[in-house]
Amino acid sequence: MAEVEPRKFAGRSPTQLAIRRVKKNRLAVAGFGVVCVLVLLGLFPGLFAPHDPIEQFRDADSYQVAPFVNPEHPLGTDEIGRDVLSRLIYGAGISLRVGVFGTAVAVFIGVLLGALAGYFSGVTDWVISRITDTFFAIPSLLLAIGILAISEKPKEWIIFSALGLVGWPGVARIVRGQVISLRGSEYVLAAQALGQSSSQVLLRHILPNCMGPIVVLATLMIAGNILGEAGLSFLGIGLPPPAPSWGRMLVDSKELWTIMPWMGILPGLTISITVLGFNLFGDGLRDAFDPKMRA
Amino acid sequence: MSDATNGAESGAGGAGPLLEVRDLVKHFPIRKGVFHRTVGQVQAVDGVSFTLNRKETLGLVGESGCGKTTVGRTLLRLIEPTSGQVTFDGHDLVGMSRAELRPLRRRMQIIFQDPYGSLNPRMTVGAIVGEGPLIHEMGSREERRERVEYLLERVGLDPVHQINRYPHEFSGGQRQRIGIARALSVNPDFIVCDEAVSALDVSIQAQIINLLIELQDEFDLSYLFIAHDLAVVEHISDRVAVMYLGKIVEEAPARELYHNPRHPYTRALLSAVPEPDPTRKKERILLTGDVPTPINPPSGCRFHTRCPQRMPVCSGEFPGRYDIGPGHHSHCYLEDPAHAAEEPAAS
Repeated sequence: MAEVEPRKFAGRSPTQLAIRRVKKNRLAVAGFGVVCVLVLLGLFPGLFAPHDPIEQFRDADSYQVAPFVNPEHPLGTDEIGRDVLSRLIYGAGISLRVGVFGTAVAVFIGVLLGALAGYFSGVTDWVISRITDTFFAIPSLLLAIGILAISEKPKEWIIFSALGLVGWPGVARIVRGQVISLRGSEYVLAAQALGQSSSQVLLRHILPNCMGPIVVLATLMIAGNILGEAGLSFLGIGLPPPAPSWGRMLVDSKELWTIMPWMGILPGLTISITVLGFNLFGDGLRDAFDPKMRA
Repeated sequence: MSDATNGAESGAGGAGPLLEVRDLVKHFPIRKGVFHRTVGQVQAVDGVSFTLNRKETLGLVGESGCGKTTVGRTLLRLIEPTSGQVTFDGHDLVGMSRAELRPLRRRMQIIFQDPYGSLNPRMTVGAIVGEGPLIHEMGSREERRERVEYLLERVGLDPVHQINRYPHEFSGGQRQRIGIARALSVNPDFIVCDEAVSALDVSIQAQIINLLIELQDEFDLSYLFIAHDLAVVEHISDRVAVMYLGKIVEEAPARELYHNPRHPYTRALLSAVPEPDPTRKKERILLTGDVPTPINPPSGCRFHTRCPQRMPVCSGEFPGRYDIGPGHHSHCYLEDPAHAAEEPAAS
C-alpha cells in the first residue's frame, strides 16, 4: 500500500458540520459577534475604556454631563461624575465572568449528577433525581439570595457560585435524559460487548454525544446568569459599590430617571443587547446541533 | 498480519460444543408508581436451550417481539439473564463477575441490526474498529493500527481513504461492514449477528451475507444468526431454531427444517416465504389473531391460541421435547402418538 498522508482524507466530524451550519445562520453569526465583542471588552477593559470606572470627574464640563456633549465622556457621566462608557466596559468583565463561571459551576455539577443518575439507574437515579426535584422546587432567586446572605460583602466568586448552585438542576435533568436515551443505543452496547469499562463508556461514547444539548443550554444559561447578576445587584445584594456592575448602574439611576435618563437607558440597553446576542447564538447552536444530527 | 493472538485463548475446551445454553430465562419487571413496585413481568425469554458447535451457524428465527434479540444480548450478558445457564467453551458466563467476564468479551462479539445506530457518530472509523484492540491491549500501537487497516480492507473498505472518516459519511452497507470489522477486531470465536442484514437492501444483503460466510472460514467463527427472514437464514445456517413468544418451538438442520417442518408455527412461517417461481402453487397458512402479549402469555403451548391444529391438551402444559430425527426436535403434542389421534378442538 502506498504511503499516503492519511490526514488528507480526514472526514468531517459532527461538530465540524454543526459549526458549518451555524456559520450559515446570519442571526447566530450576529449573536456570536456580540459575544466576541463582550469577551474582548471583558478581558481587556483597560484597552478600550477611556477612563477609570470609579474616577469621579468634578469639573463643570464633566460632572453629570449628558451623552454626546463632551467628547471626553462620549456616553456622559453619572450623578457623581463617573464616566458611563468606562463603567459599562468594566461592567462587561463582571457580567462575563459571573455568566461564564456561574454556568461552568452549573454544568460541572449538572453533568456529573445527571450522568451518574442516567447511567446507573436504580437507587442512584432515585436519590439524585429527588435532590434535583428539591432544588427545582425552591424559587431560584430566593435560593440565590439565601446563599448570598451568608456573606455581607459578596465577592464575584460567591455570586457565580450562587448562580451555579441555582442553575445545575436544569443541566442535570437534560443530561440524565440524554444519557438514558443513549445508554441503550447499539454503539454503547457494542462498546460494552468489547469489554469497555463503565467510566470509559460514559466518557468516550455517551457524554460526547450529549455535548450538543449541553453546549446549547450553557450558552443560553450564560445569558440567564448575566441577567441574574444584574437582578441581584438591582436588589442590592450583588457586588458592593463602587463595582461597575450593570445591575448596580440601573439601581443608581432609579431616583434620577427624570433628570439623567441616560444613566438607566444605557446599562439597560447594554444588558438587552448582550442577552439577545447570547440567545441568538444559542438558538443558532440549537438549530445546528438538533436537526437529524446523524444523517 | 495473521492472528498470532488467537491460539492462546481458544484452547480451554477444545472438544464439545462452543456454546451451551440451558433454560435461559429473561423476565423484564414492569414497575409502576412512586415505589417502583413490580406489577408484572414481560416474559421475553422463557426457558430457551440450545447448543452451538465450533464453526457452526445456528439460525434463530421468529416474529418481531418473540425474544430473539433478548436471547442474543443475554448470552453476551449485555442484559443480565434472570436465570439459566450459559456455558461458553467451558466457562459458566452467568455466574461470572463483570471483571472475570472481561477477558472473555474478546471471544464473543455482536453485530447489530441498525447500521445507523450502531456506530458512535463522533468517532472515526479507525477509532471505532481500533477500540477493542486498545481495550484488550493487543500489540503495540503500530500493530493495532495495522490490524485495523487490514480488517477494513478485509471487509471491503478502503483503509487509506476511509480510516479517518466518520460514520455519517458512509452508506448503510458500508456501515455494516464497519460493524463487522469492529466485531472481528478482537479476534472472536463467536459472533451474534442480530438481524445483521435486515435493514439493508436485498442486493447489499447478499454481499454482506457472503462476506460473513467468507469470514467464518477465514477466522473459524461460530455464528448465532438472528433474523426474521427465513430465506436469508436458510442460506447461511447449518441449523435453525424457531422461536415463538420466548420459547424455542422447533429446531432442525437447515435443510431438514425447510423440507420437513413439523411444528404448525414453523409451517405457517415457511408458507409466508415468497416463492420466486410464479407457476408453483403452494399452500398458504394464514394465522388468525395477533401475537399474544408476553406479559401474560397463554398457558400450555403458547401457540395454541392461533394454532390451526390445536387440541384440548395444548392449553394445559407446555409440550415437552419430541425428537423427530437426527438434530430435529419439536415442542408440539402432534408428535405425541397419544395425542396425535385426538380430534382438533372446534375453532
